[in-house]
Amino acid sequence: MTQSAPIVNEKEGERFPLLEVQGLTKHFPMGTFFKTRFVHAVEDVSFKVQRGEVVALVGESGSGKSTTIRMVARLIDATRGSIVYQGEDVLHTERTHASLRYRSKVQMIFQDPFSSLNGVKSIGHHLERPLQIHGKATTRAEIRSRVEELLTSVGLNPAWEFAGKYPHELSGGQRQRVAIARALAVEPELILADEPISMLDVSIRMGVLNLIEALKEENQIAFIYITHDLASARYIGDKTMVMYAGRMVEGGESEELMHHPAHPYTRVLISAVPDPHAGLRTNQAVAARGEIPSLIEPPPGCPFAPRCAQVMPACREAMPPVRWLNDAHWVRCMLYE
Amino acid sequence: MNAEDKGALLAVRDLSVEYLTPRGAVKAVDHVSFQIQPGEVVGLAGESGSGKSTIAHSVLRILRPPAVISGGEILFRGDDILGMTQQQLEAFRWKNVALVFQSAMNALNPVVSVVDQVTDTMMVHQKMPRKEAEARATELFRVVGIDPARLHSYPHELSGGMRQRAVIAIAMALNPPLLIMDEPTTALDVVVQKEILRQIIALKRDFGFSILFITHDLSLLVELADTIAIMYAGQIVEQAGSRELFDHPRHHYTQGLMNSFPSISGPKRRLTGIPGAPPDMVAPPSGCRFHPRCLAAQACCAEKVPAPTMDENGHHVVCYFPLEGGER
Repeated sequence: MTQSAPIVNEKEGERFPLLEVQGLTKHFPMGTFFKTRFVHAVEDVSFKVQRGEVVALVGESGSGKSTTIRMVARLIDATRGSIVYQGEDVLHTERTHASLRYRSKVQMIFQDPFSSLNGVKSIGHHLERPLQIHGKATTRAEIRSRVEELLTSVGLNPAWEFAGKYPHELSGGQRQRVAIARALAVEPELILADEPISMLDVSIRMGVLNLIEALKEENQIAFIYITHDLASARYIGDKTMVMYAGRMVEGGESEELMHHPAHPYTRVLISAVPDPHAGLRTNQAVAARGEIPSLIEPPPGCPFAPRCAQVMPACREAMPPVRWLNDAHWVRCMLYE
Repeated sequence: MNAEDKGALLAVRDLSVEYLTPRGAVKAVDHVSFQIQPGEVVGLAGESGSGKSTIAHSVLRILRPPAVISGGEILFRGDDILGMTQQQLEAFRWKNVALVFQSAMNALNPVVSVVDQVTDTMMVHQKMPRKEAEARATELFRVVGIDPARLHSYPHELSGGMRQRAVIAIAMALNPPLLIMDEPTTALDVVVQKEILRQIIALKRDFGFSILFITHDLSLLVELADTIAIMYAGQIVEQAGSRELFDHPRHHYTQGLMNSFPSISGPKRRLTGIPGAPPDMVAPPSGCRFHPRCLAAQACCAEKVPAPTMDENGHHVVCYFPLEGGER
């Protein structure tokens, strides 16, 4: 079986998924000119995103999830692999840098809303620029009404008042809403959200997650939602994919994956989530000794093998292929070979 | 000293702390009272800016200007910490109360090996000879789950989880009866976080110390804490046994916090979080500070802070219209 996954829930009439990533790999060089070694940050990652779908990408720090979506956003170059956007292999057709068209279709929201906005520019300015650059609005009146529309759509009311404010006058949650409004300004089809709530106060996180959900429902915008928090992945992700040490080890529909985790790493991850509902009853976490391995020219095989309780000799030889457990759930693990 | 404080290891009474800023005095901690019994784990939960770390720093008297303690007392086994001289404080800290900081990366000195950082504590505070201190350090590393072979490592050679364990070892060096843990697992990944929490529970069981555990993540506390106090804008708004608090939250803020954490198990339900944003502490709302965000607020809530009430289960709440409890 190839790594190309059968398309789950493909909508009628759509010939291509919105985004299809195949064998995406990133090796960062390190060391000196004479002795260069490579950090294998992302290794052979493949997945699809359908229109209007939220795909959660979960993993611990260093698992390669941010590097993966930075490649999709074309902020960094891929070492290998393809990024096919609506049937077009953009790494071939737009080899050196992404076209304006691609950048208007694929937008990104960053983790830290305190550093992603320019402190000396008004909120209105942050939204006017993409409108002008992408030609979404031209006359002064058009721009003004679009800015207010955008601010209203992310829940910043009264919009005209927010447009005149500066980033330091807003709370973290409000800034993150501005960042979302800025991404929406160019009418994207796919938004890449890198831990968008992890730096926000607890009580306002759900507001931002619910906003993402509403944008998906009402505007058919697809999201790749990066998080280390499985519970929020379950909450918002139609699908969830699990990364470990640069590899994607398991994926599928979120409910199916959370209830029937197949990969030993996913099981460890799920059992480590604090759960007040189950907390006192079952406190039997699956243990994993040790830490994430070094990514500098790692040995062949499954990266989780050194920590895995069910490791077999074959695990250290080669990375297992994608195995579909049912039509909504796949895993890469020797236990299922 | 109140009768109810008798026997308490730590009793904080009516503590108020202000930050004197150019925009005016910020009451970061406003008439806060709670106690910690010997061997008890008290969880202090609240969002950033709610005053939880300020309380921790007050107990150790390590607040820096512009913060000033403007009222109240902090009694450790009946002695008022706020009245101690600098000399008394030096003898008191670490031996009686030690602090585990949030970010182990910043708490450890990067150019000193971890063993020296552990032994330093013992040599300074207890005049212990180096040999003896090193033997104790080896023992401490073993109990917190670090291979003693790593004793001579420098902080950058240890992973985040190991650094945090080293910081816990340092805090435990003098066997203090009270450990204050200020977000000890926040910077760590979930799997490592779980391991550290398990280690803390085991250490507490073996050594019997009390813990004041400060976190913004309420969901951690049900597994760990005996008692939970919920802070909002410098005040404790609700306090109860941890199971009681989870099963029957009575303050609307607590309820809102619980509606801010999606669950990994059980039926999937829509969560609303809490509308609005935490208040500007220079000009906090009048009356109950939560009233602008509270769905149950009435006119009286904006006028006067409600008086604390306690029910037969020892469940404190500061609210005019507390939830009757039961459903979540």
